Amino acid sequence: MIQVVLPYHLQRLAGSGRIVELEVASPVTQRSILDALEARYPMLRGTVRNQKTGDRNAYVRFFACNEDYSLNSPDDPLPEAVVQGKEEFMIVGAMAGG
Amino acid sequence: MIKVRVLVGTRKGAFILTSDENRMNWEVSGPHFSGWEIYHVNGSPVNPDRLYASQTSDWFGQVIQRSDDGGTTWEAVNNDFSYVGDPGTHLYYDDSQKPWAFKRVWNLQPSFTDPELVYAGVEDAALFVSKDGGQHWQELEGLRDVKGHMWQPGAGGLCLHTILLDPADPKRIYVAISAAGAFRSEDGGQTWAPINKGLRSDYELPDPGADVGHCVHSLAMHPSNPKVLFMQKHWDVLRSDDAGDMWHEVSGNLPSDFGFPIAVHAHEPETIYVVPIKSDSEHFPPDGKLRVYRSRSGGNQWEALTDGLPQQDCYVNVLRNALAMDTIKECGIYMGTSGGQVYVSADSGDHWETIVHNLPPVLSVEVQVIK
Repeated sequence: MIQVVLPYHLQRLAGSGRIVELEVASPVTQRSILDALEARYPMLRGTVRNQKTGDRNAYVRFFACNEDYSLNSPDDPLPEAVVQGKEEFMIVGAMAGG
Repeated sequence: MIKVRVLVGTRKGAFILTSDENRMNWEVSGPHFSGWEIYHVNGSPVNPDRLYASQTSDWFGQVIQRSDDGGTTWEAVNNDFSYVGDPGTHLYYDDSQKPWAFKRVWNLQPSFTDPELVYAGVEDAALFVSKDGGQHWQELEGLRDVKGHMWQPGAGGLCLHTILLDPADPKRIYVAISAAGAFRSEDGGQTWAPINKGLRSDYELPDPGADVGHCVHSLAMHPSNPKVLFMQKHWDVLRSDDAGDMWHEVSGNLPSDFGFPIAVHAHEPETIYVVPIKSDSEHFPPDGKLRVYRSRSGGNQWEALTDGLPQQDCYVNVLRNALAMDTIKECGIYMGTSGGQVYVSADSGDHWETIVHNLPPVLSVEVQVIK
């Protein structure tokens, strides 16, 4: 199971905890994780990425294994530790605004 | 028993203030959607327990919330505001053309007859409609045909911030956009015409009398007389007696004719209210005194309403959607400020009380009277 960490405001919107566990088909990528996340929590559509283009919202970042994957292609495979559920895939509100 | 419910949108959440018809003792509920900007909360005139809220964030985009129990519980509905086709470009601050891009919903206006029918005014400026209570949104793209490439963002963005529905004619809709002007549709939003004749925007537009490009801040009408419109423009307060075909200035003796909201008394169609602000570069009241101005003659002659409002060292702003009227016999007026105060006058503006002192900056105020 993929461990996805949601930022506070999206936890509130989804009515979830900090971590949601998702079954994600291989290959595990940003896109496949977000597809699974939005299928489980339809109210999150549009809050992480554009509903039409799939582009990441400007002030949202994706972290995993102490690396920033935000600028990677949404179809790049994510690290094996994320696939194995040993590391979290973190959706983060960018540090902005002081 | 009559209940008054005030719907307040702020920079950090929504608040619901309730009272009986005396409007003296208030209960405060909130923050709802804490931490999010709530640009507008509005209720259906047909079913007052049906509320819509625009919940928005620079980080997480736009969410539309709907309640069927007067704001006790909420459900996120559809937030897909996709423009029809390629919306092209609009004018930008630096005179370049910038692609149209959806940012947020400024205004939600439920129909007078159908609680499932609701209009949304958005940034970048467009009008959307939902016929199923927010489950699907469709742009009324004919509006952009009115020289959309010449519209430009005001200081708050290229926003469609005001929607007026004509209670006598469900096909007639008015909208206002900063900075594009006022527009009217006679066919339910399919086609539009600019209604900006008589507006003058000296020092703001190269052609001060252009048919589009004016920074209209808000519009108001009285439901009994829907062809008479009132406007607070960037500078100037104006009225039209022919559904917007021609405007004339009624700023009269106001200490400043810059401001954001304008509103009409619930029972006196010629009694109107504005909140003068010193200037576009100083968004606070003249002389540090928060004064609502009332005209009982439809403009030109204005009196200051000050009793209960701060009359020294006050430097708050009152935004365009933050002035509302109730429909109780002794008309109540509600005003929210950038300092987080919400004021009420239960006597048409003669005396004011503070309902809450320290909310986040107030973006919008609406009021419902529930019988």
